[in-house]
Amino acid sequence: MKIKKAPIQPRGRFGKYGGQYVPETLMKPLQDLEEAYDEYSRDPSFKKELRNLLESYAGRPTPLYLARNLTRNLGGAKIYLKREDLLHGGAHKINNTLGQVLLARRMGKKRIIAETGAGQHGVATAMACAALGLQSEIYMGREDMERQKLNVYRMKMLGAEVHPVDSGSRTLKDAINESLRDWVTNVENTYYLLGSAVGPHPYPTMVRDFQSIIGREARQQILAREDKLPSAIIACVGGGSNSIGIFHHFLHDLEVELYGVEAGGQDIRPGQHAAALVAGSEGVLHGMLTYLLQDTNGQVQNTRSISAGLDYPAVGPEHAYLKNTGRVKYSAVSDDDALDAFKRLSNQEGIMPALEPAHALSYAFRLAKKYPTKDSILVNLSGRGDKDVEIAARHFIQ
Amino acid sequence: MTGGDPTPEEFSANASALVEGGADIVEIGIPFSDPIADGPVIQASSQRALGAGITPKKILSLTGEFSDQHDLPIILLTYCNPILAMGAERFFQMASKSGVSGVVVPDVPANADPQFHGLASKYSIDSILLAALNTPETRLRQILAETTGFLYLVSLYGVTGPRKTLSPQALESLKRVISINKNRTPVSAGFGVSTPDHVRTLIRAGADGAIVGSALAQKVQDHLGDPGETEQVLKKHVAELKQATRKF
Repeated sequence: MKIKKAPIQPRGRFGKYGGQYVPETLMKPLQDLEEAYDEYSRDPSFKKELRNLLESYAGRPTPLYLARNLTRNLGGAKIYLKREDLLHGGAHKINNTLGQVLLARRMGKKRIIAETGAGQHGVATAMACAALGLQSEIYMGREDMERQKLNVYRMKMLGAEVHPVDSGSRTLKDAINESLRDWVTNVENTYYLLGSAVGPHPYPTMVRDFQSIIGREARQQILAREDKLPSAIIACVGGGSNSIGIFHHFLHDLEVELYGVEAGGQDIRPGQHAAALVAGSEGVLHGMLTYLLQDTNGQVQNTRSISAGLDYPAVGPEHAYLKNTGRVKYSAVSDDDALDAFKRLSNQEGIMPALEPAHALSYAFRLAKKYPTKDSILVNLSGRGDKDVEIAARHFIQ
Repeated sequence: MTGGDPTPEEFSANASALVEGGADIVEIGIPFSDPIADGPVIQASSQRALGAGITPKKILSLTGEFSDQHDLPIILLTYCNPILAMGAERFFQMASKSGVSGVVVPDVPANADPQFHGLASKYSIDSILLAALNTPETRLRQILAETTGFLYLVSLYGVTGPRKTLSPQALESLKRVISINKNRTPVSAGFGVSTPDHVRTLIRAGADGAIVGSALAQKVQDHLGDPGETEQVLKKHVAELKQATRKF
């Protein structure tokens, strides 16, 4: 007779999405990680140490900036920018890496591995590791290394070892594959520092929690300035960490419309974009059930975007859930429109955005006109554009 | 062997060579674009097969033909997503019609997706679970109780791929499993198992089977363009592996 046991409840689901679709060897470290995170996220000394680092090292709180010129020129709602681009390293990624490196250190791990797409998470990992005295090794697709050279140099200067990834499409997806393969080989001493709200449980929850400081601050700041909540919040979505970070504390404010903007690439045919929520279907990649760009046989499709940070065929499972519930509306913005937004923010406000949030800006420009001037909309300016100057120059300076 | 590697025709001939060499069970892989449990050899093999236009449906049809020709258990190995894309129920139904005895899904660990387990049982297919070196004992007991067919013991920390020596933890881990294996569930060890020596060591330590994959895919890769030679080399290697399973 077969022994029947009650199955363990699937953990870490957002609706049906998420889960832990990983090789058995990773089940134990994921459980250890979940337990450590549960413990330290409630530990006052851990929270204090993280808060101190976020303030004195990373530069929090970040300002909320009213883009007066853009607002005037568009003639609609006031456009506010949450200035995550002003953080140390130039992007929101440091919110997560400081949290996870502190956690890794408390867990007694000596070696940190991470994947990176645009290089911002790699840079933020290298910084946090240097500051907290740990070794870091970063996996980066060969193609991304080519188009984000500056960040490769930065990671190396900061003491990280950068491993080029030549498998698959040689971009972010493959860097995650290689990181998972490294982790399964070195589970005992290695901490895998995932950079987005993707992957197996508990990463999507943990990364969201570390990034939710963006929305917590923004909510207080906008209430102090406007005495009411914004009409809409717009953020770009690759894996989805900056967007879930700003959305999280507004999810229950149903009067606030939430917009996630994916990379529309060249056009919306397979292989020409990276809009998993807009054009994908349900599937499993990198340990999670989510929306995925795939062919009819379940093979993951190549993606294409001018911004390496959005060039990813899947998306965090909480976004999959928020799409299905309708709480967040997702759309895609093309390469050309993102470049145009890059130029407009640079010229009109003197702020050069990264190409990733330039997608969100482009959508915000369209949206602003639909609201009366007394309303406000909030864009998460998740990173600065220095890394993209070369790409932008090729388009604008001939 | 990866289904359809390097071409559908050569794959079928190669799989038959394994049987002639003395394989007891043939495991056929349905390639996935992002095989996180696999090292470079199986990745390359998957890319060759996908490049030659193989699909899960074609592999199921090749498997059906293979099972008509040979009287031995056939196991399918694939990742979660190709199964979901086909529709899990349809996958298990078609696998059953193709004469498949068991299914291994390395990115669906025990309890991750109870649906697969139920469907496998509905279509009388074994749902072969994996255990790892670091699987805690309570979980290991549960996996032993739930796996059907046999237990697939991952005998190293890492991805698939040929290794010169068995990992130091392989035998220790095998001993640990055997000591709590009250129902005598068959235990087969894989990952890094490549040579007759590895097989002999594992069988002498009490394993019921040894699973060799990458070492064979490597031979396919080494003899690309020479199908006749590939078959001979595979047959010979499998015969040596089989010989190493005999205890005396």
